[in-house]
Amino acid sequence: MKLKVMFFARYREALGLDGEAVEGPFTSIEQLRGHLVQRGGAWQVLAEPNLMCARNEELCKPDEPLADGDEVAFFPPVTGG
Amino acid sequence: MTVRVQAAAFDPGAQVNALHAANLGVGAVVSFVGYVRDFNDGRDVAGMFLEHYPGMTEKALDKIVLEAEQRWPLLRLEVLHRVGALEPGEPIVFVGVASAHRQAAFDACAFVMDYLKTRAPFWKKEQTGDGPRWVEGRVSDEEAADRWKK
Repeated sequence: MKLKVMFFARYREALGLDGEAVEGPFTSIEQLRGHLVQRGGAWQVLAEPNLMCARNEELCKPDEPLADGDEVAFFPPVTGG
Repeated sequence: MTVRVQAAAFDPGAQVNALHAANLGVGAVVSFVGYVRDFNDGRDVAGMFLEHYPGMTEKALDKIVLEAEQRWPLLRLEVLHRVGALEPGEPIVFVGVASAHRQAAFDACAFVMDYLKTRAPFWKKEQTGDGPRWVEGRVSDEEAADRWKK
């Protein structure tokens, strides 16, 4: 399974990365998140309880299932308006 | 119904006037304009940068607008949100609603703003005397959005 993973705002800055291609067998966004957090260091930022996520440009819950080719985004609570 | 995400400044007055132009069935126009303040959370703010998620931003706003149209009998609904660098005093966001009667316009305008604040992927980074800082999400915004749950 190949995924495009994106990071925004404070997470993008903490990781020094706006996105990367991730490969592996992930059944849900939560599993992908756990995989990234396990890298340690700055990646711990993705363990924040109020983290928001999106699958293919739509807000979703962390238990959202994943399919090959999905675009997944992680970001802190939104602050527009 | 239109949704626009743009870096360019806009004139809120012109936006309001355009809402009832060419439609004599419009009896009520309600608008909201959000501005950059020069002070927030104990610090002077010299400016801010609005980051967003191109592609998702437009989709998220379209979805909010669609839901508002399904809930209330609206004649026009416009959402305009700026991105990029902004200075204190500048408008950030405009929501304008036109309907035959006032209650639908009042409610739809508040609904769109409450959902935009909690569901559209924008993030504010303020420039303060102590350096740049990301604005944190507010629980009160979540509570405001929750009141629209059916």
